[in-house]
Amino acid sequence: MRQNKKLKNIGLFLLFGGPTLFIFSAVIVIPFIFGLYLTFTNWSVATGDSTFVGLSNYAEVFTDKDFLTSFWFTIKYVFACLVFANFFAFFIALALTSKIKGKGLLRTGFFTPNLIGGIVLGYLWQILFSRVMPYLGDQYNWGIFEKSWLGDPDKAFWALVVASVWQLVGYLVIIYMAGFASVPKDVLEAASIDGANYFQGLRKIIIPLSIPSIIICFFLTITRAFLAYDINLSLTDGGPYNSTEMVSYHIVQKAFLSNDFGAGQAEAIVLFLAVALIAITQTYILKKREVEA
Amino acid sequence: MVKKSNSLIAFFKTIVLYFTLLIVLIPFGIVVMNSFKTTQKFIESPFSLPESFKISNYVDAFQSMNFMQAIFNSLILTVGSIVIIVFFSAMTAYLFARFKWKVNKILFFAILSSMALPFQVLMIPLVILYGEMGLLNMRPTLMFMYVGFGLPLGVFIFHGFIKGIPYELEEAAFIEGCSRLRTFFVVVLPLLKPVMVTLIILEVLIIWNDYLLASLILQSPNLRTLPLSVFNFFSSYSVDYAPLMAGLLMAMVPVLVLYLILQKHIIQGLVDGALK
Repeated sequence: MRQNKKLKNIGLFLLFGGPTLFIFSAVIVIPFIFGLYLTFTNWSVATGDSTFVGLSNYAEVFTDKDFLTSFWFTIKYVFACLVFANFFAFFIALALTSKIKGKGLLRTGFFTPNLIGGIVLGYLWQILFSRVMPYLGDQYNWGIFEKSWLGDPDKAFWALVVASVWQLVGYLVIIYMAGFASVPKDVLEAASIDGANYFQGLRKIIIPLSIPSIIICFFLTITRAFLAYDINLSLTDGGPYNSTEMVSYHIVQKAFLSNDFGAGQAEAIVLFLAVALIAITQTYILKKREVEA
Repeated sequence: MVKKSNSLIAFFKTIVLYFTLLIVLIPFGIVVMNSFKTTQKFIESPFSLPESFKISNYVDAFQSMNFMQAIFNSLILTVGSIVIIVFFSAMTAYLFARFKWKVNKILFFAILSSMALPFQVLMIPLVILYGEMGLLNMRPTLMFMYVGFGLPLGVFIFHGFIKGIPYELEEAAFIEGCSRLRTFFVVVLPLLKPVMVTLIILEVLIIWNDYLLASLILQSPNLRTLPLSVFNFFSSYSVDYAPLMAGLLMAMVPVLVLYLILQKHIIQGLVDGALK
């Protein structure tokens, strides 16, 4: 009888869990383990060679100048996106939380860029930066737009930031709005009656109470920006002169154009650890500032 | 006095918000307007209204992108993957939520942890392993991978929801002689509808817009999904902007139409997805 029950449970387990576990193993678990193994070899598809090379792939990560340059570039990009996307989103959401006509329309509108994939988005901005803005620069003598931003390494960086922030803001707005909805109105009213002005209320009440949504938005921005690839490919394609290659772009090039799989995978692992470390640290730091209403 | 200054502030806020929205939406407007002009006209005056509605750009883009084929490929991959994700992940979530065996707890934890892995860590091994097996450049392989990447999110979302469903409902079905599997499909699955919508929306946006994985797996032109065919179109047309803009618009329309129909669900779905 007991044996029967056990058999039945195994059958149940396989029926309900089997397909998921099979696919999960084949797409995530095995590739992940194989990927770790890969970083210790000099795997080459062409020669079928896979000699054990110890930690030399990891050593190469930290001596690969292009990787370090792309890593630093990515950090700057993440930081710029973090600051601007969250700044705009926070204040747009705050303004949208008060009594405004057409709230739904505004929210829908701000969110629209989020539906578009990175490839389409990047090409859309490529046309704007290379043709439309120089036209404005010409027509109205705006020095800043005179030449295409995509032809200048420093400005190409800002082109990437502008396009990314344009997409991210709408997403962050809806998360901040959901967060503000849980800030009790009477707390705010009490603050204004006590003679607190708007910015004091903001700094002492609204921001501390929205720490949970700030954590989520920071987390989303950091992970999304760190792993960005599509927009890098379509907007700048790493140019001009490879000055805007981000980490993902570099890894794809290294693995699939130079066929340097072991080193490429080691770089991917380093990228993963860096993102995880930064995302967890920011959560930890901000969590300590959390307060209850 | 206080009232008056308040309404003045509200008015000011409204103006600023609508102005900001206008700036956010201008890029779309520029693309729409110029997709009806010639490239020459676009370069000379990108802000002028089109003199006539030239649809030849659309015809051009439609043919060069092999638009129908690309839409078909994207649609098959998106719908197929999502149907499988929904069924399998709901069943597994049910298993994990209702049977608190040790092995289930461990597996649930492993599946949740995998969501922290970025795609970049898996792409190289995936290409090598499936390449060695000779499975690249096939639609089912790509679909299989989309399912693999989507299952953890599904298990996570469904698990949280199933825990809140009273067990008595299922017991009633057992008493009437329903098997476990039948009970799941007849009693539990229909109750999952609200979170199912959330999962489907999140997955549609991920799979429909995916470029990187698709570009690594598919090579044949006739298998190209919409993002791949947009990429290819831009590589070959480079500076003939007018048809390119028509192409961009055609690539955006399917998702935008879906958004207009389902906007409330989509926004709610993404909020729920992010808060979890």
